[in-house]
Amino acid sequence: MEVTITVNGRTHTKSVEPRMLLVHFLREELGLTGTHIGCDSSHCGACTVLVDGTPLKSCTYLAVMANGRSVETVEGLKQGGKLHVIQEEFKEQHGLQCGYCTPGMMLVGKALLEENPNPTDDEVRFAISGNICRCTGYMNIVKSIQAAGKRMQAESADAAE
Amino acid sequence: MYPPRFDYVAPTSLEEALDALAEHGDEGKIIAGGQSLIPMLKLRFASPETLIDINRLPGMDGVSEEGGTLRFGALCRHNQLGAHPLMTSKYHVVAEAGTLIADPLVRNMGSLGGSLCHADPQADWGSVMIALKATIVCQKKGATREFGAAEFMEGIFTTKLADDEIVTEIRCDAANGGFGSSYLKMERKVGDFATCGTAIALTLKDGTIASAGVGLTAMGAKNLHAEDAEKVLVGQAPSAELFAEAAEAAVAIADVREDSRGTPEYKKNVLRTFMKRGLAKAALRAQA
Ligand SMILES: Cc1cc2nc3c(=O)[nH]c(=O)nc-3n(C[C@H](O)[C@H](O)[C@H](O)COP(=O)(O)OP(=O)(O)OC[C@H]3O[C@@H](n4cnc5c(N)ncnc54)[C@H](O)[C@@H]3O)c2cc1C
Ligand code: FES
Ligand code: FES
Repeated sequence: MEVTITVNGRTHTKSVEPRMLLVHFLREELGLTGTHIGCDSSHCGACTVLVDGTPLKSCTYLAVMANGRSVETVEGLKQGGKLHVIQEEFKEQHGLQCGYCTPGMMLVGKALLEENPNPTDDEVRFAISGNICRCTGYMNIVKSIQAAGKRMQAESADAAE
Repeated sequence: MYPPRFDYVAPTSLEEALDALAEHGDEGKIIAGGQSLIPMLKLRFASPETLIDINRLPGMDGVSEEGGTLRFGALCRHNQLGAHPLMTSKYHVVAEAGTLIADPLVRNMGSLGGSLCHADPQADWGSVMIALKATIVCQKKGATREFGAAEFMEGIFTTKLADDEIVTEIRCDAANGGFGSSYLKMERKVGDFATCGTAIALTLKDGTIASAGVGLTAMGAKNLHAEDAEKVLVGQAPSAELFAEAAEAAVAIADVREDSRGTPEYKKNVLRTFMKRGLAKAALRAQA
């Protein structure tokens, strides 16, 4: 079946089997390997991407379901050679160790901050509760997302002035 | 893991979807959020010839409260209901279940109708809809059938739904003063199915319980309708003693086995405690 999917702002038209999972479409058809496969059984969130802005598990979503929709992966965060604020803050706040969960964490964090730019610890923990990290103990992930929120607010206040 | 091969259609109207179902019969399968079906396909527990994607049907995810009726489109997502202002202010049992099911990512896709049709005895929506005494509307080409929630779910992963039917809507009476409800769930961690869940809906009138709905999660081979507990409650004034008595009536119908979530005795104790707490919470809200 032919599908047209916009990934990180670029439109791709490809012929895929209906059974192809979105995660395989991204990794194998487009070579975007930043979206990870952790459990392949809908439990870990390593495969999280945004579809029309909503975070979901790309191992539990068919590529054909994304036909005509817009997908954002970790590769889409960096714009014009500049890291996204959330990427910079994960780096600053030591929000990652091995990095396996990080693409998913950053995308969930970004989606959260768009709705709630100043989340409490509990709100961040609730938002990332579908994403498992086996390294950090989560503390610095929470800090990274909050720090990114503060910077995004400051930057949009500056821009408004 | 790859699912088995299948064809895929994505109708853009209910009519088209019903036509596709009529055409494919028992070889066609609806996909809603896919949060139960895709794992099943990957494990090869299901191998339909054609998947009929209902995510593009317009208006299937609406919520309305009009003319004394509360309506949910079958495609309402768990997260959508968990955050809905009407649910967080009035129908707490819906808001609470909506935020306790699975994890936030699954909740963004998983739907009310999909959960009811999947009929996992450990799933949460079935109990909520039993407590609300909801009606489940099943449509096929040229005909509509309606079932009470308790009747719709027949047993483990089995419902009244026929191969050529779609659940389009779930509805119940709108609350009209003196209504309070709660959903409590014990889970070992986020994303886990319930060890025990209690869905409670009470209406208080002049200090006594005028109507009661109680649904139980993970307490048997399907979501259980605790009718005996409801009978204990109706016509009485809320009190700790009454709630304890209703809790015993609920425990009496629990049919649980030992598994990694605990022994039968343990699960029944959780149920007993949740019944008392859940009733107290619902009664407090009904009086507010
Ligand atoms: C990690 C994980 C944890 C989970 N934890 C929980 C939990 O704690 N509690 C809980 O309740 N659930 C849990 N679930 C299940 C989740 O809630 C599913 O979303 C839900 O069971 C199915 O809804 P769906 O929209 O995804 O349906 P799908 O997976 O798309 O479909 C499920 C079944 O229903 C049929 N169907 C779907 N919609 C309709 C319709 N409108 N008319 C007719 N047939 C239809 C499909 O053909 C299929 O047979 C979990 C799932 C995962 C992956
Ligand atoms: S790989 Fe998708 S949830 Fe783990
Ligand atoms: S940084 Fe290693 S899993 Fe999160």
